[in-house]
Amino acid sequence: MKQKNVIQVKNLTKKFGDFTAVNNITFEVKQGEIFGFLGANGAGKTTAMKMLIGISKPTSGEANVADFDVFTNPEDIKKNIGYMSQKFALYDDLTVKENITFFGGIYGLSKSIIKQKSEVLINELGLQEVANELVGSLPLGWKQKIAFSVALLHNPKVVFLDEPTGGVDPITRRQFWEMIYKNAHNGTTIFVTTHYMDEAEYCDRVSIMVDGKIEALDTPKNLKKQFNVENMNDVFLKLARG
Amino acid sequence: MSILIKHISKSFKDVTALKDISFNVNEGELFGLIGPDGAGKTTLFRILTTLLIADEGTAFVANYDVVKNYKDIRNHVGYMPGRFSLYQDLTVEENLTFFATIFGTTIEENYDLIKDIYVQIEPFKNRRAGDLSGGMKQKLALSCALIHKPKVLFLDEPTTGVDPVSRKEFWEMLKRLQQKGITILVSTPYMDEAALCDRIALIQDGQILQIDTPKEIVKHYPKTIYDIAASNMYELILSLNEYQYNHSVYPFGEFVHYTDKRDDFNPEDLLKFLKNKGLKNIIIQLTKATIEDTFMELAR
Repeated sequence: MKQKNVIQVKNLTKKFGDFTAVNNITFEVKQGEIFGFLGANGAGKTTAMKMLIGISKPTSGEANVADFDVFTNPEDIKKNIGYMSQKFALYDDLTVKENITFFGGIYGLSKSIIKQKSEVLINELGLQEVANELVGSLPLGWKQKIAFSVALLHNPKVVFLDEPTGGVDPITRRQFWEMIYKNAHNGTTIFVTTHYMDEAEYCDRVSIMVDGKIEALDTPKNLKKQFNVENMNDVFLKLARG
Repeated sequence: MSILIKHISKSFKDVTALKDISFNVNEGELFGLIGPDGAGKTTLFRILTTLLIADEGTAFVANYDVVKNYKDIRNHVGYMPGRFSLYQDLTVEENLTFFATIFGTTIEENYDLIKDIYVQIEPFKNRRAGDLSGGMKQKLALSCALIHKPKVLFLDEPTTGVDPVSRKEFWEMLKRLQQKGITILVSTPYMDEAALCDRIALIQDGQILQIDTPKEIVKHYPKTIYDIAASNMYELILSLNEYQYNHSVYPFGEFVHYTDKRDDFNPEDLLKFLKNKGLKNIIIQLTKATIEDTFMELAR
């Protein structure tokens, strides 16, 4: 079965004055795909992602996310996607339950649905004992797993993960990826950035940005073949170092 | 001995950050403290750089006691904290001059030591630190930590959130500094960087799991480890988790690292099991343990 595109980007460009942060990028991401969005610091990943989640207006080009146009319907995009980043995901000074209630409310879920979803989430992650603890007191790995689940509360078609596993311990990092696999398997599209190159191998397809342009885009297997190297780390080094 | 740590413990209210930590770092050694967020790495750095006092135990840095001789230590160590801590509203050059002056020296006097690193940011010397990119901030912070020619350099997660290219360059810089006789204690959550250290300590939940050279640490991995692949990664992980004899199942790039509970494990049995689960293009082959495998085995 041919899957439909959940993200469709054509010649997308963003300029800040004379500086072109994102330079004419084109790609699409299919439903249920795990898409790795890689690049060196400053390559333009964050700027590109901001356009896709409807908080930064592109200079030119076209982009469609979850069936909405980034130029004309950015508010609809925000309602239909999930987002979490390494830097900010949950409120440290709210409890686990309060965070779930807060974000559920933001996404317009009813009280009864929030209550029900909150129970499922707490049981699935085994958080019964800490449900009323402040999020700030939990280990980073737990926070990130909760944040991911919270980003999925409203059943978005696509979820954007900006370095979700930075600094997380190796076992929890793998549990996090099992959650990603599970949700992709159930049809949620995953758009993820990471600096861990072993995680790049877990993606169905990977794009690598260099100086605002997408310089490579394929499955990890084909990229390794194309650059004649053993792993994604070497693909990255070859591309980003020129 | 450049750093001597004996039975250091530290708690914050009901959280034990460090439990009875002891180890030494030799002069001129590049020593890695490897562990995830929350392991206690930063607390140990703060104790060694005299910013925090331990509840129990003693520590010496460059032969100075961290409590009694804290002022001497401050003159002889360089510290690059995990969070960018320079003055955002001073320029690159102003920051460097500021730190040189504080330590009673000048940029010119120790320029030789920072030259390699500083030339890369010198074209931006009139830019405010707050406006620099992540990689440039990191280079400026390292220059400032080196400007007084410290004997011991403490680097707390200098590469967290940094892309693989900049990380590689950063480690090449550290190797060059080591050749100039500076002892370096560096922490990182990236296990692949551990291999670049002379010796490493694996740390989790405030406790040292193991200390050795990277080679020895890997050699002591207790199990036979297999690379397993199949056409559907998610189904493969689910099936392996269901397999009653599994000891550990961890995704590693394009493969899953698998260990079995039995000593007389026959991969053919597992192959049969996976085939029955409907998996295709199954590969099972022997592989070597990495530092990350060892860490996860010890942390279980």
